[in-house]
Amino acid sequence: MAIEVRIPTILRTYTDGAKQVEGTGSTLGELITDLERRHGGLRERLVDDGGLRRFVNVYLNDEDVRFLAGLQTPVKDGDTVTVLPAVAGGAS
Amino acid sequence: MLTIPRDLYDKIVAHARKDHPDEACGVLAGPAGSDRPERFIAMTNAERSPTFYRFDSAEQFLLWREMDDNDEEPVVIYHSHTATEAYPSRTDISYASEPQAHYVLVSTRDEQAAEFRSYRIVDGVVTEEPVSVVE
Repeated sequence: MAIEVRIPTILRTYTDGAKQVEGTGSTLGELITDLERRHGGLRERLVDDGGLRRFVNVYLNDEDVRFLAGLQTPVKDGDTVTVLPAVAGGAS
Repeated sequence: MLTIPRDLYDKIVAHARKDHPDEACGVLAGPAGSDRPERFIAMTNAERSPTFYRFDSAEQFLLWREMDDNDEEPVVIYHSHTATEAYPSRTDISYASEPQAHYVLVSTRDEQAAEFRSYRIVDGVVTEEPVSVVE
């Protein structure tokens, strides 16, 4: 068992085109560190010094992790993590 | 070029007018790879702001999953500028992450005539394209 991670089109260059990859860890932060070992460069697109980058939304099952505990959100085998590009912008 | 049915064009403009002076945002979904917008989905602007928009993240999750299940994609991603021209801002460009999408901007700064323009935004490069409204 592992944690399934769904990758959006824009980040599939880091996963050899795969829509879905697997990883392990007890928190979202650990999971991302584990993914980075096999998919170099992915971490930097998801995380910066301040935590999750504002350009992405990360969901644990169907909950936005920003409303959970961000990178400290506990994850377990059988969970699904979904990454989507944030759709945002504006006049200024 | 963006080819868009009249009724979808009118729905985007009506949504932008309704939410003015806040920015309105949403999607036209269509079959993946077709470049054909077919379905209008108004999204909640989680920022409720006259100068910024962000799709409500829970709504976006559900819509993206639904499009995936239907073999659809966001053919058009639209939002409004309410006091400035319908041209992508630096913020718009920094967030643009769907290279296959038409980014539509509507300006509601003029109460009579809405400005409706479409762009491709790929790797930070903005290219305006003609808009063809079909009946």
